[in-house]
Amino acid sequence: MARAVTRNTRIGWTIVAWAVALVIFFPILYTIITSFKSEQEAIAGFDLIPSLTLESYQTVQTQNNYFRPFMNSVILAVGSTLLALIVAIPAAWAMAFSPTRHTKNILMWMLSTKMMPAVAVLVPIYLIFLRFGLMDTRIGLTVLLMLINLPIVVWMLYTYFREIPGEILEAARMDGASLRDEILYILTPMAVPGIASTMLLNVILAWNEAFWTIQLTTTSAAPLSAFIASFSSPQGLFWAKLSAASTMAIAPILILGWFSQKQLVRGLTFGAVK
Amino acid sequence: MATRQTASLARLMRAPAIILLLIWMVVPLGMTLYYSFLNYNLLNPAVTSWAGWFNYQYFYTDPAFLDSLWNTLVLVVGVLLITVCGGIAIAILIDKPIFGQGLVRILVISPFFVMPPVAALIWKNMIMHPSYGVFADIAKFFGTSPVDWFAQYPLFSIIIIVAWQWLPFATLILLTSLQSLDGEQMEAAEMDGAPAYSRFIHLVLPHMARAITVVILIQTIFLLSIYAEILVTTNGGPGTASTNLTYLIYRAARLNFDIGGAAAGGVIAVVLANIVAIFLMRAVGKNLD
Amino acid sequence: MGRITLEGVTKRFGDVEVIPPLNLDIEDGEFVVFVGPSGCGKSTLLRLIAGLEDVSAGRILIDGTDATEASPAKRGLAMVFQSYALYPHMSVRKNIAFPLKMAGMDKAEQDRRIAAAANALNLTDYLDRRPGQLSGGQRQRVAIGRAIVREPSAFLFDEPLSNLDAALRVGMRLEISELHTRLRTTMIYVTHDQVEAMTLADKIVVLHAGRIEQVGSPLDLYMRPRNVFVAGFIGSPKMNLFTGEAAAEYGARTIGVRPEHIAISTEGGTWKGRVGVSEHLGSDSFFYVEDTGLAETVTVRADGEIGLHHGDEVWLTPSEDKVHKFDDGGDLIE
Ligand SMILES: Nc1ncnc2c1ncn2[C@@H]1O[C@H](COP(=O)(O)OP(=O)(O)OP(=O)(O)O)[C@@H](O)[C@H]1O
Ligand SMILES: [Mg+2]
Repeated sequence: MARAVTRNTRIGWTIVAWAVALVIFFPILYTIITSFKSEQEAIAGFDLIPSLTLESYQTVQTQNNYFRPFMNSVILAVGSTLLALIVAIPAAWAMAFSPTRHTKNILMWMLSTKMMPAVAVLVPIYLIFLRFGLMDTRIGLTVLLMLINLPIVVWMLYTYFREIPGEILEAARMDGASLRDEILYILTPMAVPGIASTMLLNVILAWNEAFWTIQLTTTSAAPLSAFIASFSSPQGLFWAKLSAASTMAIAPILILGWFSQKQLVRGLTFGAVK
Repeated sequence: MATRQTASLARLMRAPAIILLLIWMVVPLGMTLYYSFLNYNLLNPAVTSWAGWFNYQYFYTDPAFLDSLWNTLVLVVGVLLITVCGGIAIAILIDKPIFGQGLVRILVISPFFVMPPVAALIWKNMIMHPSYGVFADIAKFFGTSPVDWFAQYPLFSIIIIVAWQWLPFATLILLTSLQSLDGEQMEAAEMDGAPAYSRFIHLVLPHMARAITVVILIQTIFLLSIYAEILVTTNGGPGTASTNLTYLIYRAARLNFDIGGAAAGGVIAVVLANIVAIFLMRAVGKNLD
Repeated sequence: MGRITLEGVTKRFGDVEVIPPLNLDIEDGEFVVFVGPSGCGKSTLLRLIAGLEDVSAGRILIDGTDATEASPAKRGLAMVFQSYALYPHMSVRKNIAFPLKMAGMDKAEQDRRIAAAANALNLTDYLDRRPGQLSGGQRQRVAIGRAIVREPSAFLFDEPLSNLDAALRVGMRLEISELHTRLRTTMIYVTHDQVEAMTLADKIVVLHAGRIEQVGSPLDLYMRPRNVFVAGFIGSPKMNLFTGEAAAEYGARTIGVRPEHIAISTEGGTWKGRVGVSEHLGSDSFFYVEDTGLAETVTVRADGEIGLHHGDEVWLTPSEDKVHKFDDGGDLIE
């Protein structure tokens, strides 16, 4: 029968799939491996077995004070996400459970702000940051990243909230719940998975943002994306050191990303593909 | 749901998000539009004057502008071709009954989580470097002379990097769509004796059409703004060989301090992005009801 | 206590008037059923009573006090939704306890009432499960349990049984009926189902495009429909309605005869026709008689043992005193 997949075809497909997956993953793998090599080993040619030295990690920390951009990334990503959630949760609730004639238009308009190319407002934002002394400050960048990702956050929350049947909220109202009770005991617990997914995706997006962070920071507020970009200027060929810095920059988000595959699809397509 | 009480409360809860986004949209865009009509250079701010359409004319007649438009187009189309075709193939591959499917998926989507500067640096130094990169090692192994990718094929090299970053996105979305394909329908077609390629053309592709559209549109929005990958690898060169519109505007604003010119470029970028956006909004909007 | 009075209640969605001004009195302890075609405003009316929608005009009185502006929580009514609307993240016990918790009842009293309700509804073994782990019928019982524990002044049901399969539906119908007999609390019940309406109701309200066509006991509506709409809507299979010459003979625009009030014979009678489809249910047989010259197919109910087949020529005779006569406006001619 056609349905029964023979063991051999299954093994065949498995080999092909793993080969493709390893090719795609190879640059990351090779970077991780190189980060455990010494500088001499790193440029000595192709070699998949490192000497497992932590020397490069130490150098990155002592020479470049890696910890500061790392903390900046954490503060920016988490801070902008929390700010966005504070603004977006009430808005998404309102639009999901008390829609008006304009709700759809408002949502589409919010989406359209996300489509504004960053470079189009580079000049005014740059001048505003200069004028108000926001250059190279965490607060300025946090607010900016919050604004950039706000439409996605509202949208994701909206699509999650919409899956909560309105009748359940009405049932709570009939059961004597005030609006506060309704939000506290019924909506929030039911929406927790959606809120968590939204947070996760937004942290990933903010962590990897690399246009504004490079434009608007120099040193003190520079997150990892700006910090790593500065390695492009020729300051010697430090393959192992670069690999160590890169590995540390992508590891946390790579792990978060693995957990958020499903939400990723939904968030990045604004609910158009689930 | 709709009692007056809840409706007025809802208005209050919506307001902050709407007001913030309204400011975020109107103020900078208005400023860009205004500056685009000024002669305004940060190196010489004292001689700021009204420029009329000069900045636009200047931009339009600058050969670098046409180059950058062309490069933008090549970059977007090149990456789309690779990611959509590759994405369909890999999605179908992962959807097969294979061992370790979850792990394969994780490996394949990983590049998406690599921030652009890191992705660009990895490829520039570890993979494509003319003396120490893996490609050079492979070339040496076969006894040919290594290619200096970023000097000889700058735009192509950047396309490779960006395609590597976005291939997971396309794969993941197309896989999601593929997995929602009705298994019974496929079985029925199989029972009817439809061969594999015809099932693909008549059942699988039409089913994925919507997801493919979404992938193309969303990627286009992001691909129009490729910046860090260029900054880190070629700096837009040699000459303007790998300068896209985003990078050109960045150079005008930050390296030449030409506020008026950069603003005019920004307005052009908005127009371009909006053309794509209109189509995307239609596709997404249909899903709202 | 649960006397509900609607005075000139009106509902508009934007420019569309879904419910034109409507008056209705529901007595304490009554079982009232709203029936009507899909989209006629049954759910809307129920939600207006519940306070889940604002009225556009008019007043709603509950036990004589004006509740028009009161929030749902303040009206003291309980509602059972078609989708059950259970709280998926809470156990059955917590679901049933929720209204009591909202009312700030002390824990011991809560437990006592939950135990009583669970016992009455056969839910004792399921109290610690989540709604997702229950069957449709069990979920329905939890929804009812959540409604009864707080001892509301009236229950509102919106098509509570329509998601259940036929057998369960009969069982739950009996349970609801027993519940009413036991509690004697006002119940307002929306349904599509003729049988539910006829068997449960003390009083049926027939709605059509938001208007009340007739209010009365089930038998009253069945035997004395006040207009063509009610005549055609109540009863299954439907009443035969004829216009034209046949009606003119009775001095009416339209006449109606129920299938059981037409005699069928092979020898002679008023209208001649030919048997089309026939359905033999054992106890009864239904014949759909064609070619009678009456334009419509005539439905006839006859004894189960009568031996007629497709194509047989038959004669039909309506019992004269059971013919309903309606005028040009569709109203009954007394
Ligand atoms: N929120 C709303 N906005 C606009 N129109 C509505 C709204 N709710 C209901 N309607 C309209 O009001 C009319 C009555 O709806 P309602 O739900 O009360 O009908 P129903 O009698 O319960 O129908 P069904 O038997 O199908 O449940 C319908 O025409 C419906 O389209
Ligand atoms: Mg209804």
